[in-house]
Amino acid sequence: MSMTNSDMSFRRFGNLSILVGLRKVLAVATLLAMAAVVQADVGPAEKDELKFGFIKLTDMAPIAIAYEKGYFEDEGLYVTVEAQANWKVLLDGVIDGKLDGAHMLAGQPLAATIGYGTEAHIVTPFSMDLNGNGITVSNEVWAQMKANMPMENGKPLHPIKADYLKPVVEKLRGEGKPFKMGMVFPVSTHNYELRYWLAAGNIHPGFYAPHKGDNSGSINAEALLSVTPPPQMPSTLEAGTIHGYCVGEPWNQQAVFKGIGVPVITDYEIWKNNPEKVFGMSKEFTEKYPNTTVRIVKALLRAAKWLDENDNANRPAAVKILAQSNYVGADYEVIANSMTGTFEYEKGDKREVPDFNVFFRHFATYPYFSDAVWYLTQMRRWGQISEPKSDEWYFDIARKVYRPDIYALAAKELIAAGVMEKMDFPRFDTETGFRPVQDEFIDNVAYDGSQPNAYLQKFAIGLKAEVL
Amino acid sequence: MNEVTQVASRTPVFNWREWISPRQLRKSLAKALNLLLLPSLGIGLFLAFWQVGANSIETSLGQFPGPVQVWEQSKGLLAEHRQERKKEVRFYQRQVDRNDKLLLANPDAITKIRAYTGKATILDQIVTSLYTVGFGFLIASIIAIPLGIACGLSEKVYQSVNPIIQTFKPVSPLAWLPLVTMVVSASYVSDDPMFEKAFLTSAVTVALCCLWPTVVNTIVGVASIDRDLINVSRVLRLSPLVYIRKIVIPSALPLIFTGLRLSLATGWMVLIAAEMLAQNPGLGKFIWDEFQNGSSDSLGRIMVAVVIIGVIGFFLDRVMLMVQRRVSWDKQAILR
Repeated sequence: MSMTNSDMSFRRFGNLSILVGLRKVLAVATLLAMAAVVQADVGPAEKDELKFGFIKLTDMAPIAIAYEKGYFEDEGLYVTVEAQANWKVLLDGVIDGKLDGAHMLAGQPLAATIGYGTEAHIVTPFSMDLNGNGITVSNEVWAQMKANMPMENGKPLHPIKADYLKPVVEKLRGEGKPFKMGMVFPVSTHNYELRYWLAAGNIHPGFYAPHKGDNSGSINAEALLSVTPPPQMPSTLEAGTIHGYCVGEPWNQQAVFKGIGVPVITDYEIWKNNPEKVFGMSKEFTEKYPNTTVRIVKALLRAAKWLDENDNANRPAAVKILAQSNYVGADYEVIANSMTGTFEYEKGDKREVPDFNVFFRHFATYPYFSDAVWYLTQMRRWGQISEPKSDEWYFDIARKVYRPDIYALAAKELIAAGVMEKMDFPRFDTETGFRPVQDEFIDNVAYDGSQPNAYLQKFAIGLKAEVL
Repeated sequence: MNEVTQVASRTPVFNWREWISPRQLRKSLAKALNLLLLPSLGIGLFLAFWQVGANSIETSLGQFPGPVQVWEQSKGLLAEHRQERKKEVRFYQRQVDRNDKLLLANPDAITKIRAYTGKATILDQIVTSLYTVGFGFLIASIIAIPLGIACGLSEKVYQSVNPIIQTFKPVSPLAWLPLVTMVVSASYVSDDPMFEKAFLTSAVTVALCCLWPTVVNTIVGVASIDRDLINVSRVLRLSPLVYIRKIVIPSALPLIFTGLRLSLATGWMVLIAAEMLAQNPGLGKFIWDEFQNGSSDSLGRIMVAVVIIGVIGFFLDRVMLMVQRRVSWDKQAILR
């Protein structure tokens, strides 16, 4: 049809039609060329045998799924996935190249880049999930807390604030005993969430003063927080070394199953849809192997999408994979409890938390600069960053570490290949990397990522302009 | 029982009358009792006690595993191993297919087959552990035997080295581990490493700890050479090398092997601890991973590993004993 049309036009309009025809040909040629470019954009992986580290937590799921579903292999990547003993070992592995990438705490790439702890330039092009943590207290503490709590239909009214914990802490302190809680790493989401929750209930979690060599984080503390690797949380609580902890799943549900503690709150209730783990790689790796980096992100994006597809329909299958001993390895029921949209608080008090683990929806995988800034504000709030910094400084660090540019490359590839749709991702042409003001925090303090210093001013407990 | 009587009792003249004679019967019965019945009785009693004991220990991970659960878990682990092997076959098949496709599109394409990336099963971990302990033991022996001979031959060398030996001998592997880890990662830098760093760390830790029994026993062995032999060698004016080869090593051999046996046993114990702490591949890591998993099967699986470790340790010792018997000139010695 079009041929005859153009033939006719050729005859009718002579020279002009040649031009039109030429333009058509050109247009088609450009389109073809563009398609070719998109296809050729990401060449074969420069490094195809990779080793990724993870900590035994359900939010490592995208890595396990990308492996088991063959998404890595589809990208020509042959990945070995290896559990790490703790977050420090994992970070060191990425820094010294033993690991090519790893499931990391969002604070880890930021802290490493600014030189809090081991200094190294770590970047992240991919956020692994939203939410997924909880705070658990021992049965004894729970019994005392419950006495102060408002009830609704015979069950505690949620969210449970740390206000009810305050008398317990004071009683212990009155007896000259410290109140101790566990978290997984000094720059972990859990540390900041636990501190946020405690401070919102007027319990001082203590300051860090790295410039004085004080990295215990317990200056002025009413609650002493210490580091315990996630899988060891339940046994440490059981041993009575700590009174409670903040950790990712399945280690809160494990406490319920074992009957050694009671989860009181999920991080979803502390800060709705808070960013959690990220996939971290060294900057050197991403520069040396750019194609590999994009291909890794592509595989992880497909895995994340699979995890959330059809209203979490694949979650039971995912739980089955995670329950394998080389991944999370906890019992199916324990992992399933939180992964399939519910969360069991006190034994028998199972409630719907459909967004307890979010891997893909709400643009969960996009590395927002504002997420990075939030973590940096918390590092400043608790003194891990010992001096006040300008707003610009926060943005600079966020841009250095969070790499939506790599993310966009991977996403566009997947869109071009028809595996994903545009609506799966933020609009790349207009996205600033800063989420709109978020105000669903437990203390109702609104967070605007574009004003970090103003945000810090809003907290009653926390450092502002002062240096300890 | 020495060689001569053994040979005599095996004379081929078979006299069934004598064989079924009450005396002979009683004798062989007693032998069977010693060889089979008593150990079985011991094991049986132990299993019974274990099962009863296990039933009464309740942990937060469920009941402590008894023999029945351990048996179940070992079957499960074996099934997992078979499953993993099947996955491995498919993994290689996919690579071959992919490479074929690549070659079809571009006949000059360089293709390769990558090693399987799946998880290590318990059998893989056993092999890794054996390999590691063997390598560490080898390093230790290469250092320990010459050192021991040197100390045994010369009182002066002995006097100067002894304090060091006595100081390092009681050091726990766990104390060495962080140092070894850091030194290995700092000094073993290569683009195409022959060994994995984790493997070297474990092997070196094993070597450091299982050095000492061999050193000490070699010293004793060398120092207690028969005076007559020494005198003979003097008369013959043997060169030092020939003296060591012909006189020292053969006479010290039984004690060197006693040392090596002790070393290997120590090495095997050390290895499991090192693997556990450093997360280096092997049975120790298997145990640690299972402990971390905290699933209801974990304790049973750990117990399977415990039994395997024991059996392998026993087996290694028997192998060393066999070698020791073979190389020892003193066939009269009772070795156990």
